[in-house]
Amino acid sequence: MKDLTEDQIERAAKLKGMGTSRKRVEDVRFTQGKGNYVDDIKLDGMLFGDFVRSPYAHARVKSINIEEAMKVPGVVAVLTAKDLEPLSLHWMPTLAGDKQMVLADGKVLFQGQEVAFVVASDRYAAADAVELVEVDYEELPVIVNPFEALKSDVVLREDIKDETSGAHGPRNHHNHIFTWTEGNEAATEQAIDSAEVVAEEMVYYHRTHPCPLETCGTVASMDKVTGKLTVWGTFQAPHVVRTVASLLSGIEEHNIRVISPDIGGGFGNKVGVYPGYICAIVASIVTGKPVKWIEDRMDNLMATAFARDYWMKGRISATKDGKITGLHCHVTADHGAFDACADPTKFPAGFFHICTGSYDIPAAFVKVDGVYTNKAPGGVAYRCSFRVTEAAYFIERMIEVLAIELNMDAAELRRINFIRADQFPYQSALGWEYDSGDYHTAWDKALKAVDYEGLRKEQAQRIEDFKAGKTRKLLGIGLTHFTEIVGAGPVKNCDILGMGMFDSCEIRIHPTGSAIARLGTISQGQAHATTFAQILATETGIPADSITIEEGDTDTAPYGLGTYGSRSTPVAGAATALAGRKIRAKAQMIAAYLLEVHDDDVEWDVDRFSVKGAPERFKTMKEIAYAAYNQAIPGLEPGLEAVSYYDPPNMTYPFGAYICVMEVDVDTGQWDIRQFYALDDCGTRINPMVIDGQVHGGVTEALAIAMGQEIAYDDMGNVKTGTLMDFFLPTAWEVPNYTTDHTVTPSPHHPIGAKGVGESPNVGGVPAFSNAVHDAFRAFGLRQSHMPHDHWRIWKIASDLGLHA
Amino acid sequence: MIPSGFEYHRPSDLPTAVKILDEHGDEARVLAGGHSIIPMMKLRMADLSHLIDLQDVASLKEVSVAGDTVTIGAMVTQAELISNDALAKAAPILREAALQIADPQVRYVGTVGGNVANGDPGNDMPGLMQCLGATYVLYGSDGEREVDAREFYEAAYMTARADNEILTHIKIKATTAGYAYEKQKRKIGDYATAAAAVLIEQSGGKVTSASIAMTNLSDTPIHSTGAGDALVGTACDAAAISSAIAAMQADILPNEDNRGPIEFKRHVAATMLRRAIERAWSRA
Ligand SMILES: Cc1cc2nc3c(=O)[nH]c(=O)nc-3n(C[C@H](O)[C@H](O)[C@H](O)COP(=O)(O)OP(=O)(O)OC[C@H]3O[C@@H](n4cnc5c(N)ncnc54)[C@H](O)[C@@H]3O)c2cc1C
Repeated sequence: MKDLTEDQIERAAKLKGMGTSRKRVEDVRFTQGKGNYVDDIKLDGMLFGDFVRSPYAHARVKSINIEEAMKVPGVVAVLTAKDLEPLSLHWMPTLAGDKQMVLADGKVLFQGQEVAFVVASDRYAAADAVELVEVDYEELPVIVNPFEALKSDVVLREDIKDETSGAHGPRNHHNHIFTWTEGNEAATEQAIDSAEVVAEEMVYYHRTHPCPLETCGTVASMDKVTGKLTVWGTFQAPHVVRTVASLLSGIEEHNIRVISPDIGGGFGNKVGVYPGYICAIVASIVTGKPVKWIEDRMDNLMATAFARDYWMKGRISATKDGKITGLHCHVTADHGAFDACADPTKFPAGFFHICTGSYDIPAAFVKVDGVYTNKAPGGVAYRCSFRVTEAAYFIERMIEVLAIELNMDAAELRRINFIRADQFPYQSALGWEYDSGDYHTAWDKALKAVDYEGLRKEQAQRIEDFKAGKTRKLLGIGLTHFTEIVGAGPVKNCDILGMGMFDSCEIRIHPTGSAIARLGTISQGQAHATTFAQILATETGIPADSITIEEGDTDTAPYGLGTYGSRSTPVAGAATALAGRKIRAKAQMIAAYLLEVHDDDVEWDVDRFSVKGAPERFKTMKEIAYAAYNQAIPGLEPGLEAVSYYDPPNMTYPFGAYICVMEVDVDTGQWDIRQFYALDDCGTRINPMVIDGQVHGGVTEALAIAMGQEIAYDDMGNVKTGTLMDFFLPTAWEVPNYTTDHTVTPSPHHPIGAKGVGESPNVGGVPAFSNAVHDAFRAFGLRQSHMPHDHWRIWKIASDLGLHA
Repeated sequence: MIPSGFEYHRPSDLPTAVKILDEHGDEARVLAGGHSIIPMMKLRMADLSHLIDLQDVASLKEVSVAGDTVTIGAMVTQAELISNDALAKAAPILREAALQIADPQVRYVGTVGGNVANGDPGNDMPGLMQCLGATYVLYGSDGEREVDAREFYEAAYMTARADNEILTHIKIKATTAGYAYEKQKRKIGDYATAAAAVLIEQSGGKVTSASIAMTNLSDTPIHSTGAGDALVGTACDAAAISSAIAAMQADILPNEDNRGPIEFKRHVAATMLRRAIERAWSRA
């Protein structure tokens, strides 16, 4: 590219385009309490729904008596499965090809399961009536452990007990859902059998929950006069919700309008379709009134989608010099009572087969067994692309375990196994084509930034001091180099319920040179209104401040698959850039006409087209926009609009190097993060400030998950962590200062080279924190200890290693 | 997470408040900061038909330090325990402990009286008041009576206070003893995994008196006289601290919960007490 002149630099700065730390335009309303969330929606005559939920994890529902509940003043209806059955809505299809009870149909399969839906004139009446619905349960044996489930005679899913095949192929036990494999098993076994060194470990990624600040909810309003159904909701994929609602209800799709207003965080929790949505819609159709359903915190933690719960049995082999030769992984995946994972149809374990990570591993094989248990359904991608955090945690733990086996420094082991920059595009043994990367450069930069050698020296001294009784605190250095796979995805292999995972953008330029752009995605805090305007500013020369970005209303926005899996920038961002280029192409013709030259004689110049060789003769975008609406231009339609639907040719592969330095108190199990360094390479950087914000938030969630956040069950299937007293959400007090850094390796196939960053910090952060805990105890013989690393579990490590003697 | 219906009362003097309590018996409860009782009602673990808000009873908000007698009104907020300099001077352990309760939002509203009257073994103030040897002043239809904080707690949520009595004041003696409040919790806003309150007086390098209380390690706060006695007469050396810890261990009876198993809690209790004794001694 030519160097810009001073004048051009000045004009470019005014656009606040790509690369600018433009302030978030959304925050003006959010910081003043002026956001508009689902619970802010209040309609005339609106009714409220609330659920009777099962206190048992597994029980037969013998009868439901609603008589007393119906007597509560204000109660309008109490729906049970019997009421939904005539509409065939007592069960619903899940995103994973299974089906799920909307309301308990004969039995309940997890604590908190929806049994009846009370509809009343206000929330208080509904809550009172919920207490009065009498349900007669007969308790059944409970299974909360997936390994036991596969051995047990107890049938959880009686509805499919005789089906030997499910949506993802054969089932080998009545509690088994699917087996899915990828890679070359024989070659992998051969590599491991003949290896000089083999490390084997069970790596458990515990069950946790996305826990967005705003819980799930909806307002459904059926207008019996117009026949139109409007549904406001906390939907990360509003267009898909419309299609599903149409298919389930039989209401024609043009008569359904789905609106996602402001969303207070999603993190995967708001991708799925929940019984509350169905019940609110049915209740609105039945009563002819708007019906609101909003979860409380305990409902959210207990019943709407959890994340993870993967038991990953790994074997990794290497030469004695540390060159990795093979990786084998068998996952036992606890999906809970219904398979409601939000994964592209073809991949029942999501993109777990990115588990070779950043390393050049010649032979690899993964096998995933999905299992039913008496736990809540879900298995969503909590701030990560489908199952990518599980994969990254697995490989980053296996690398550490291999380093112990080899008695080698874990940073060095990573370095000698990284895919080299000259190997891209790289074909992984498990079938992916990594688009671009430069891992060695990022790694060296990270190690240097934290003075890695100095840290290791300090750690060695600390171990001496500990042994000499001078301190009770150990020092852990947690390393991670992660590679993600995001931006789902190419329609040829990514769909959800048959809808290809493209995305879209539609732009209208107004006569006075400002614009509105609508996208098929929906922001839940990611600042789309800020950053997508920046892409367009650079592409069209219209200042970002003059561009409105709108998403989430299916009556106005073009169809898209929504926001999760870091797909908005890779997919909708690409559509935005390409729609912008269509605008520019037409603008070029208009400019040439106005300047009375041939189309090819004008060139793009930041915010205008000027005549080649005569830059003083130009037409600005503002002038061009006006001309588009007020002049008859031969051969051109009036107006200046463009639409782009983008089907990405490949996924994008962001990567990063994270290092955590942690102090651990062996007597109390308390930890203190002394330093956290996060280097991210997300390709082209659209807004550095927004990237920093995403990294801060994501590392904070990673800290929570690694250090305490858990959905725990007792043997009876009772949720032990159903409130925020026990479910760990860190506050400013627990959160350290983060140092962010970056390298830039653009994606070669993306129109602006951007890769997506919102989920990297969760993917990279979890292993960095966990590895730090493990590393603190490595010198005393620790190999593997399961997360979450809360105080007593860290204390237990020390205790088991004899450090309290 | 929605309470069932209740009547809200807001008297401006104690006799009226007590009258309403008498009238409704165990259907009624006084409301102080509401940061324990309202969550219980929302969870429908407490079902009350009448709440009697004490915030208009002005006399309950007073703090006075007269000579060595400190009087704290029941409705004084936990935040004021931190901000009131006279209190911090008369008994600095109050500020140190209050700073470790919950978070600023809870402390601005939560009261001292609510904290000690609640009877939740997780509350920090009951152990602290036992350590300080505080006296609680109770007011009912039969007039006023005083109960020693060390005699007040019977079991979880069971205290010597009758249903129709209101706790009006807490009285403590000003103290210049070395002090420390050590608490381990999982995060800000959490109750103690274990906590220790320690006061130590010394003369000529020897402990002359020691008071030790532990929080959230039994179904009531534990004032361990054995632990205090183990320090008296010693130079607070390692051996003395170890015997104090052993005596404390004999007095507590922790339960397993999400914070961890019993053996962990005992280990943390020992660590908290060791650290508290060391810090109190360094300030004695
Ligand atoms: C998130 C959170 C974290 C917390 N963490 C801690 C912590 O770390 N440590 C800690 O100690 N506490 C903690 N608490 C509790 C907090 O300190 C409460 O404020 C306190 O327990 C109760 O005081 P209150 O004024 O809010 O009382 P209320 O909730 O109004 O009342 C509590 C009980 O005491 C009774 N009561 C109140 N005042 C009187 C009176 N004058 N006479 C007779 N009975 C009375 C009430 O009837 C009720 O039964 C926490 C609370 C929350 C919400």
